[in-house]
Amino acid sequence: MGMVSVSNLKKTYGNVTAVDHISFEIEKGEIFGFLGPNGAGKTSTLNMIIGLSRPTAGEITVDDIDVKSQTKKAQAIMGIVPDESNLYNEMSGFDNLCFCAALYGMRKEEREPKARQLLEQFRLKEVGKRPYKAYSKGMRRKLTIAAALIHSPQVLFLDEPTTGIDVESSRQIREMVLELKKKGTTIFLTTHYIEEAERICDRIAFIAEGQIVASGTVPQLMESISHGHAIHFVTDKNIESLTVELKARFKGSKVTIRPDHSLVMVSEQRIPLFPVMEFFHDKEVEVYEARELRPSLEDVFVKLTGIESSVLKKDKEKGGRQ
Amino acid sequence: MKSWIAFWNILKKDLKNYYLKPPNISWGIIFPISWTLMQLIRSPGGNILELLPGLVSMSVLFGTTSMLAVTITFERSGRSFDRLLLAPISLSIMVLAKIAGTILFGIFNAFVPIIFASLFIELSIVNWGLLLLTVLMIAITSALTGLLIAVSAKQVFETQTFSNFFRFPMLFLCGLFIPISSLPLVLRPVSFCLPLTYGTDLLRGTITGTNTLSPLLSFGMLVVFAVALFLICRHNINRKWIL
Repeated sequence: MGMVSVSNLKKTYGNVTAVDHISFEIEKGEIFGFLGPNGAGKTSTLNMIIGLSRPTAGEITVDDIDVKSQTKKAQAIMGIVPDESNLYNEMSGFDNLCFCAALYGMRKEEREPKARQLLEQFRLKEVGKRPYKAYSKGMRRKLTIAAALIHSPQVLFLDEPTTGIDVESSRQIREMVLELKKKGTTIFLTTHYIEEAERICDRIAFIAEGQIVASGTVPQLMESISHGHAIHFVTDKNIESLTVELKARFKGSKVTIRPDHSLVMVSEQRIPLFPVMEFFHDKEVEVYEARELRPSLEDVFVKLTGIESSVLKKDKEKGGRQ
Repeated sequence: MKSWIAFWNILKKDLKNYYLKPPNISWGIIFPISWTLMQLIRSPGGNILELLPGLVSMSVLFGTTSMLAVTITFERSGRSFDRLLLAPISLSIMVLAKIAGTILFGIFNAFVPIIFASLFIELSIVNWGLLLLTVLMIAITSALTGLLIAVSAKQVFETQTFSNFFRFPMLFLCGLFIPISSLPLVLRPVSFCLPLTYGTDLLRGTITGTNTLSPLLSFGMLVVFAVALFLICRHNINRKWIL
């Protein structure tokens, strides 16, 4: 059984089904991404796993602990970063970290050095004594993540960790997530940033309307929609006049010549480059670039969920304005 | 031990962040003094000792119910309260930690009119041990009433509305202004369903020796109210805040 195991999880609010019988497993030390637009059911799922919401049906275990019946025992090994930074405005960064540590029963002699270490690690040492309300959005986010790590949890749950914060802070947070993975922490991350999921997650699940429509590694997800291989060539001159010859020479491939000095060859088998290069050499055509075309994760998302990526982009903009 | 560390730190945080703020301290002092002065001006020849049980009751009731309800609703709206719900401590420990600060604030409120009165009258007849115990029990039941309100309210302004909905009828029905025996017959059973009725009667007995109920009964009833309110609050938090 994985570090986090979710089976047939369902959540309804009145007549609305927010999460509809979803199942997945997260292995120890893995970064698992939950990708979907706002309202897809990401936070509802997360809230049930962390024990902030009761499932209508289904089972959840974290490190073999049943979350429904042993919520507090499971929460002791979880670190939770909610979608909104929620520390105490009046308290300093250092005091906030110490308070969060105390909630996990850490003694003063354990929590104070750990708080100092995290402030240093998250590059917040200089502002550690400043009240939380005086922090920028990026700093707040980093301190919220530090607070989730104060008791060295085995599993870290991050809900939209980089939404609405500056580029530099987002980059730092992604680096920290990867660093935590190296140390063996299991990470569950919800996001509507496709690039973020692609960059840091070992496996991704696409969620739409409360259901997981696809899950797997990035190559597996891409493989699921790509049929064949495509190569894009960029040449030094217009090669439209060679169309007939090219199509006759490479019958097994679909050749599309573009007016911008380029062509795309698509085939069900891999396309060997040498014959194509030889053909162009004979025709005194210089090839500047030959690049394999692969579908992007965004293409996969659109194809599998039926949701236009513009919806995610709108969510992203909304997040940025928050 | 771990629960005790969490309990103590929640209490310390609440005292520092909310109760020991200058506006709250000044309110805790000014409010009981204003009540005392108001009563003295209303009846210049009145006996301060007779007024004292009512003033202490009101000070505790107003201090505790509003403070806890407001602080919890405030933390809930900022979602920092989720930190407590997600911490590996039992709901009972969390509830006890949250009400502990308010109870201390209520006790502080209660002793303001007593100290103020001591400037004018001799208080040697007061049974201080019993007085402290009674104030503690009134503070506990009032704090839990505040928590009950907080569970139902979503906005800070709602907590004020709900608090007044409980507090003012309670003041008029608990025998503070009008003796229960003078209330309309239909309202008398309601009076005996209010914890403040027993608290005020105990205070009367402790300060002036004019209680109408047995102190043991009043104390027992306050314990019953405290336990019942605690269980209801815990149940409601579990039902309403863990959706």
